[in-house]
Amino acid sequence: MYKYSDFDEAFVRSRVAQFRAQVARRLDGSLTEDEFKPLRLMNGLYLQLHAYMLRVAIPYGTLSSRQMDRLADIADRWDRGYGHFTTRQNIQYNWPKLPDVPDMLEALADVQMHAIQTSGNTIRNVTADHFAGAAADEIADPRPVAELIRQWSTDHPEFQFLPRKFKIAITGSPNDRAVTRAHDIGLRMVERDGVPGFEVVVGGGLGRTPMIGQVIRDFLPREDLLPYLEAIVSVYNLLGRRDNKYKARIKITVHEHGIEAIREKVEARFAELRGGFDGVDQTWLAEIENAFAAPAFRDADPAPYLDARNADPVFRAWSDTNVAAHRHPGYGIVSISLKAHGATPGDASSAQMRVMADLARRYGHDELRVSHEQNIILPHVALADIPAVHAELRQAGLATANIGLVSDIIACPGMDYCALATARSIPVAQQIAERFAELKTEHEIGPLKIKISGCINACGHHHVGHIGILGLDRAGVENYQITLGGDGTEAAAIGERAGPGFAYDQIVPAIERLIGAYLEHRESPEETFLETYRRLGMAPFKAALYPEDAKKETARAA
Amino acid sequence: MSRKFTPKVVTANDLVEGDVVYLTEAGAWTRRHAAAELIEDEARAADRLALAEAQTGTVVGAYLADARPGPHGPEPVHFREAFRSRGPSNYFHGKQAEAANV
Repeated sequence: MYKYSDFDEAFVRSRVAQFRAQVARRLDGSLTEDEFKPLRLMNGLYLQLHAYMLRVAIPYGTLSSRQMDRLADIADRWDRGYGHFTTRQNIQYNWPKLPDVPDMLEALADVQMHAIQTSGNTIRNVTADHFAGAAADEIADPRPVAELIRQWSTDHPEFQFLPRKFKIAITGSPNDRAVTRAHDIGLRMVERDGVPGFEVVVGGGLGRTPMIGQVIRDFLPREDLLPYLEAIVSVYNLLGRRDNKYKARIKITVHEHGIEAIREKVEARFAELRGGFDGVDQTWLAEIENAFAAPAFRDADPAPYLDARNADPVFRAWSDTNVAAHRHPGYGIVSISLKAHGATPGDASSAQMRVMADLARRYGHDELRVSHEQNIILPHVALADIPAVHAELRQAGLATANIGLVSDIIACPGMDYCALATARSIPVAQQIAERFAELKTEHEIGPLKIKISGCINACGHHHVGHIGILGLDRAGVENYQITLGGDGTEAAAIGERAGPGFAYDQIVPAIERLIGAYLEHRESPEETFLETYRRLGMAPFKAALYPEDAKKETARAA
Repeated sequence: MSRKFTPKVVTANDLVEGDVVYLTEAGAWTRRHAAAELIEDEARAADRLALAEAQTGTVVGAYLADARPGPHGPEPVHFREAFRSRGPSNYFHGKQAEAANV
């Protein structure tokens, strides 16, 4: 894993010291809230519904056991014994007190972590495939490039006051697990004639105006990455609208000017900038790559894993959903679900964090990942060790066998915490998961992604959920809109709205009817919800959602 | 004719703890919605809000929220304010867990 250089260390420490002085000046009255707010946001500190919230970056979702242990310590010492892992590979603490925040940041700095640029109109935490460096289908590990981008973008003087926030995601695999097409810039590592490079996608985003990103360069040689990124962000910095917050993201800039015009400007700016990059970034990248060298995988006989699968149906069911193919023979990627039925999606208690850290230390080459789907991954576990890992996860309430199924729901914090929310998300997720646990149908239903946002800003990625749920305030009452057919993978698509929304107490039955319609209409158990939707379109699902309308339709036709 | 004024409370977040607070009739801050001053007059609402906004060393983001009289004091009208007065629904945290702390 990447270790901070002296420069990184000094930079992060000096930011903590600055923030400590800023908090002191706010508390003694020297700074007004208007003066302080931009300073706290630069350090990831929000003021939410019930309390402050500290958002800590987990760059490209990678953590060591020591870092995970420290996240647990922070939760116990300064928060309420838990943390919330988010869709952008961050962790959020929901209850910090303002005077404690500098100490929290200091404790993070001790393990080479920070909350810098987790808010504000800057380049945010760079996210990556959570299976990076482990996946069997991967071309190359995207994390060294993500780290290079983190170094380039952190405190970049030109990009501290962009028109709006700016999110970059990167994948090294053709199977996109990083939702790259819904980011301001999405990078896909590709090869052309044996030469490594990137497909560069720009202008994707969710929120109130969801857009799938467009390819601005189908092949960018690897060494041109930073000047090309700098060209894109610099063109956006000048062209992006500052007159209207809702039209300020690069997706609107691309939409209003057209991809051709943007490409032309970016290429022109790139030509100017390219000479300024003398290759030193490639030297840095080579050094960073050394830090990400694969662990020393051992050759262990997978027999214990296969035996456990044959002997124990509970282990078998769990390994079917929660273990993915690893690039090294005899290894597996273990996904730890933070979606126990009825629990808050993405939350882990400090005790659970320590269990996961300990498993990583003993069985997982000391690595953990956070996925944008709000689960934790042990990327490198010898198959032979997975039965032992599973047994310990069970003890900690972390062995839910539901990765990719109905109850593996993404949900934003919603109105239980967020000041921007228009409705709750968490209880809706809890109730859906509990309902399908009760019905015992989720394995029969198979792969299905439900994603819930508590407002139009779409932190819960509802637009790319196979079933998306958007919570709104309709005349002072919570109301939930359903979208269908969204997809966050390489075949990215924005879901289509099914019709009028449902009241809080009607949304779970509506989802149940919807899934009932899928089970009724699918051609075979192998045809997934998304495939059935793509084959049949909206009609049968709409009929299930709005049975009264369907009845009227039938009566009129008769 | 002007629209009838909906009663209000002044609410904000505490600077140090971030907790939701309400302005009382005495001009102090309380953690309890029911202990807030229910303001039934538009001019008084503007005055009280100005008073709250001036206290930048104590509270953050003061605003007027709709409220109505209840048996134990003012009650929130909108569900957002109801959540603010209670705490989150997924854990027994926040005000609901601190009921004794008046």
